[in-house]
Amino acid sequence: MLGFQPTEEQQLIRDTVAELAREQIRPVAHDADESGAIPGAVVQQAWELGLVQSTIPEAYGGVGTPSSAVTGTLICEELAWGDLAIALHMLAPQLVTYPVMTLGTHEQKQQILSSYIGPNFTAGTAALMEPRFGFDVNELATTAERKSGDFVINGRKCFVPLAEDAAQILVYARIGNDLSAFLVPRGTPGLNITEREKNMGLQAVATYELSLDDCRVPAPSQLQGDLQPVLNRSRVALATMAVGVAKAAYQYAREYAKERRAFGVAIAQKQAIAFMLAEMAMEIDAARLLVWEAAWKIDAGEDATREACLAKNYAADMVLKVTDNALQTLGGHGYIRDHPVELWLRNGRGFSTFEGLAMV
Amino acid sequence: MIDFSLSPAVQKNRDMMRSVADGTMRPISREYDEREHEKPTEWLNMMWNATKNLVSFGDGKQKQEPQEKTDRRPSERNVRSAVLVEELSWGDVGLYLSIPHPGLGGAAVAAAGTPAQKERFLARFRDGEPKWGAMAITEPGCGSDSAAVATTAVQDGDQWVLNGTKIFCTSGLMAAEKSEGFVVVWATIDKSAGRHGIKAFVVDHHTPGMTVAKIEDKMGIRVSDTAMLVFEDCRIPVDNLLGSAEVKKSTEGFKGVMATFDATRPLVAASAIGVARAAVDYVRDIFRREDITIRYTTPPTKLSTLERDFMDMEASLQAARLLTWRAAWMLDQGRHNSLEASMAKAKAGSVVTQVTQKAVELLGPLGYSRKILLEKWMRDAKISDIYEGTQQINLLIIARRILGYSSKELN
Repeated sequence: MLGFQPTEEQQLIRDTVAELAREQIRPVAHDADESGAIPGAVVQQAWELGLVQSTIPEAYGGVGTPSSAVTGTLICEELAWGDLAIALHMLAPQLVTYPVMTLGTHEQKQQILSSYIGPNFTAGTAALMEPRFGFDVNELATTAERKSGDFVINGRKCFVPLAEDAAQILVYARIGNDLSAFLVPRGTPGLNITEREKNMGLQAVATYELSLDDCRVPAPSQLQGDLQPVLNRSRVALATMAVGVAKAAYQYAREYAKERRAFGVAIAQKQAIAFMLAEMAMEIDAARLLVWEAAWKIDAGEDATREACLAKNYAADMVLKVTDNALQTLGGHGYIRDHPVELWLRNGRGFSTFEGLAMV
Repeated sequence: MIDFSLSPAVQKNRDMMRSVADGTMRPISREYDEREHEKPTEWLNMMWNATKNLVSFGDGKQKQEPQEKTDRRPSERNVRSAVLVEELSWGDVGLYLSIPHPGLGGAAVAAAGTPAQKERFLARFRDGEPKWGAMAITEPGCGSDSAAVATTAVQDGDQWVLNGTKIFCTSGLMAAEKSEGFVVVWATIDKSAGRHGIKAFVVDHHTPGMTVAKIEDKMGIRVSDTAMLVFEDCRIPVDNLLGSAEVKKSTEGFKGVMATFDATRPLVAASAIGVARAAVDYVRDIFRREDITIRYTTPPTKLSTLERDFMDMEASLQAARLLTWRAAWMLDQGRHNSLEASMAKAKAGSVVTQVTQKAVELLGPLGYSRKILLEKWMRDAKISDIYEGTQQINLLIIARRILGYSSKELN
């Protein structure tokens, strides 16, 4: 039966993460963007909340909380509200733990999952996007070929968060026409982490380009099974993060508009501004409901490919409109880096491009 | 909990209504669009007989519903109404609006009337001949600014005497002259008091002094009559006033009637969604016939314009639907939903306008032709962005809510 209210447990998690975002993430977001470095203490605090490792099954040393996409959307939205780049850093290990949890063999789970249950933040990552025009998950340029019992991977990847620190990189590649993924240990010959990227946004989180040149991994490195559900989860994660970024910008613009005075009244009292804010509020809610529905469908065990894609596209359009209008509300001040709105616009611009950067 | 499934009971109602829409509305949809001002009497009688004791797809029939509180499950009356209205409007929104029903007038009586008034005015909808209720707010000189109504009500002994002109009254003809219905009329009892002086009065059918002066010719929803009502020394019993006659400094009375909209806006939104879905379904069928597949997982930059447009249509339709369901659900939960109801209405009104216009565009000459219903849906759609509060009025309400402003602070 229809319902729009998180369970008490979900609300508790949401409140906890919201507090982390408000008290710990937001205060360091500006400097992290400027310096390209995230304070380790903040990342560690998120780790200690167990956001990544709680869903790891008990058999592999985790808590074994059932993984829920709906709960995940609540967490991701709050973290991204704090700061998108920091959120992506905190949750990067899920890029490898979740696919292994759902598709991995016992050996893969034992090997991978058990390294993410320690008391300290452990980097993990995946490489899906490619630095080329017309990048398409359905038609990856990175290929894997079977050669005498091994797989040989060739291609280039970009937007790989924390690649420098991760012990394993889950590399997505095409075998024939099929999407596949391989656990590639750092240091594997042929795997080169070329350089830390410089992007318009996401400056705080270290993302890298990779090149894979005849990178040879043994056959058991392959994750077997359908990757579509994994991609759906990543789309839902990105969509909900777009909602979080949009909400941050909207709230900031709203409060600014109530303070800032022009022509004798608060600018929020002018319809030109008030209507923009109303539209922002409405569109954020609209996108969030689409995201929730996609997540709910995932949790119900149904194919949510269509819903996840529609939600992600909708949210990507929405966050751009909302962050742009938020900046517009601040006028010239919005363009100044003392205010966080331009950062949200820079980060927001990326969602139409991003694929596979986060996982619920 | 977060759940997007409809209960089996609502699904069953929906399926039934879908077959009514498909089997009885679609076949006469074009005919009564072309024969404006004629009524599909047979169909109206059928709907009257089928629905008078069954379902509430508006408001004001609540008293007849099974006592939902006693069976301990949370109410889903408003969600069900939204779902059913979507189905009927998918069939034909003009026909849906024409169904004999207490309508907005009934909703006002249900929201602001005393138990005695509810019995006097709503009981009649349980049996007998088909009846309509209507609401008359808009005047030639005021629309969205409903606090500016110029129609007056003056007390004379045990009667109120109404004078003024009302326009755009949905089913006004049926309620005032063609059935034993009633019209709820907004009038001021004290012009100097502004909105505080505005009250709602029930004017029974065939009351002397009330005349239907004009039936409008419209772009769409042509089967539904939109009436101009003129009140000339129209006398009604003193207890036909809904609520209190006291002119308080507080805006409670006005707000009471305005609160009607919290319940009806999600339904107008649901109706818009029904029309939008009709268009999306039609385009989907054409695509299927033409072997056009929508590649959902392909990045937007690589999609055809057709695919992008269609995906936009689908996503915005679903977004509007979920906003609508949320507003209806909140009402079922007994929560205040003004903000969410206005969001649903504003979103659905703009979505149905855009979606139907896009559908006409996508189908080219076919879409523009009166041989198929797409162009009709586009004409029908536009009213959803206007009545029950225009797009802009709803944005204003949203803005006031999110900013915490009164109507004085933001106007």
